[in-house]
Amino acid sequence: MATAESVAPAAPERPTRTRARMVWTQFRRSRAGLIGLGILVLFLFSGLFASRLAPRDPYEIMLESGLKKPSAEYWLGQDELGRDLLSRIIYGARLSMVIGVIAVAIGVGFGVPIGALSGYFGGWADLLTQRVIDIMLAFPGILLAIVLVAVLGVGLPQVMVAVGIVSIPTYARLVRGQVLAMRSQEFVDAARALGATSSRIIWRHVLPNTLAVIIVQSTLQFASAILAAAALGFLGLGAQPPAAEWGSMLSNARQYIRLAPHSVMFPGVAIMLTVLGFNLLGDAVRDALDPRMRI
Amino acid sequence: MWAYIAKRLLLAIPVVLGVAFVVFAMVRVIPGDPAQIMAGEAATEEFVEAIRKDMGLDRPLLTQFASFVGNALRGDFGRSVRSKAPVTIELRARIPNTISLTIAGLVVAVAVGVSAGVISAIRPYSLIDAAVMLVALAGLSMPVFWSGLMLILVFAVWLGWLPAVGTDTPVHLILPAVTLGMATAAIIARMTRSSMLEVLRSDYIRTARAKGLAEQSVINRHAFRNALIPVITVVGLQMGTLLSGAVLTESVFAWPGIGRLLVEGILTRDYPLVQASVLVVALAFVLVNLFVDLLYAVVDPRIHYE
Repeated sequence: MATAESVAPAAPERPTRTRARMVWTQFRRSRAGLIGLGILVLFLFSGLFASRLAPRDPYEIMLESGLKKPSAEYWLGQDELGRDLLSRIIYGARLSMVIGVIAVAIGVGFGVPIGALSGYFGGWADLLTQRVIDIMLAFPGILLAIVLVAVLGVGLPQVMVAVGIVSIPTYARLVRGQVLAMRSQEFVDAARALGATSSRIIWRHVLPNTLAVIIVQSTLQFASAILAAAALGFLGLGAQPPAAEWGSMLSNARQYIRLAPHSVMFPGVAIMLTVLGFNLLGDAVRDALDPRMRI
Repeated sequence: MWAYIAKRLLLAIPVVLGVAFVVFAMVRVIPGDPAQIMAGEAATEEFVEAIRKDMGLDRPLLTQFASFVGNALRGDFGRSVRSKAPVTIELRARIPNTISLTIAGLVVAVAVGVSAGVISAIRPYSLIDAAVMLVALAGLSMPVFWSGLMLILVFAVWLGWLPAVGTDTPVHLILPAVTLGMATAAIIARMTRSSMLEVLRSDYIRTARAKGLAEQSVINRHAFRNALIPVITVVGLQMGTLLSGAVLTESVFAWPGIGRLLVEGILTRDYPLVQASVLVVALAFVLVNLFVDLLYAVVDPRIHYE
């Protein structure tokens, strides 16, 4: 016998769960995105469980077997001080993970609020902020990071901060653009009419709608941060010995390029694969979040 | 058109002043006595006092900045802590090397990138297209300092075809230029392919084909020129990548350019050198961006009517 409960329609799914499922379904269609995700998982796994995965102590020096080629015992060979390259590359993943997290945290932590406030309130604050951002963006690529390192000093913590600061203008511009587009929309007017303060409107209504672009940008920024830190390490401005950072490993190994090409090849492959993975993932996430891409 | 040019030139002035202020301020932000920082740790007390007087550290900040800008416009950046020679002499020796490397890198990037992009677009979804795009993706992900080392390993160490260091002949420029241009070539290839595919789907291309024009004519005379407009934008946007890539490439190949001067200056705490190098590179970037904006307005007449 039919009851009121049995003929009642099922309760609708929460919108966020449906949207997340749609995004995941779209993402799964991208082979490149899945490859990127696989690389990222490997990278995170290496970073988180470095001490368990690395076959040896990455700082253990064995001068008598310096620059030895790959073998059954040392899969990727040894560097100029006899240290196991595979272990150093695995620990380098952990260091790169920390660099990426801190750099993105600084970029998001400062760039998003600056962009949101600048875009929402406009006026003199926006004008001044945008000119400061123009000046920061007037320094090409890594040059601003180099300037900051010149001021802060050489070393890995300084590089993380420098790389984070360099990413602030990108987030600020991105979020400002999004907020400008949303500022005049009806849901903002409605919130204002209901008595919501500007602060509440920005944090509860406007910013959640910028989450998609922030996520995509952060994925790509993670890769940029690792690359920038490796570049500074290569120049001798970043991580100092004996830190197992990929860029400084390349810097130390370059003088032995004839004797031990493997010491130059493998850290570079690690950087390339990691950056490739994040770029593939970022592109696929962006496509998955774009409603126009859905069939 | 002239109004647009004037507007862009005027907008560039505050940015240039802002860049100069950042360079001016960087020495004053470092903990310690700015005069001692500029004179170097081993400088005598008299020399430090002379620097202090020259920098006008007892004067208001704005006066100091005006003095800094005035000196910079006269090409006076002080003396190198290490060599004691005027910084301008060091810059004059290095700037042409960086310019030649950047231009060579740009030529490689445009020649390889545009060619690869066009080839990929006229054979879309084929094996050639897949191969070109895969190589482009790999090129994008390779750090420039590592690709330089790999090129040295293959072409200088293993094959012995090309020299790894030196500046005596144009042949010495090949490996650094290819290293510098590779990542930008990858981006240009992707953009050219995308742009060409879009243009090849246009109505006027369909008309040209319907009129019986040979495919080569369709591509060369109609499609290519229109596809180039967004490519020029990308090339302009990549100038920053090329300039910052030059800093790293110079380090890999020991190329005596301004990027290498900058890094050496930081490692030896030679701040007059650092200030001058940063200012020159940043200003070059601003000017190049301005030039690209103006070029874009000339190539696409729609721009300056906006």
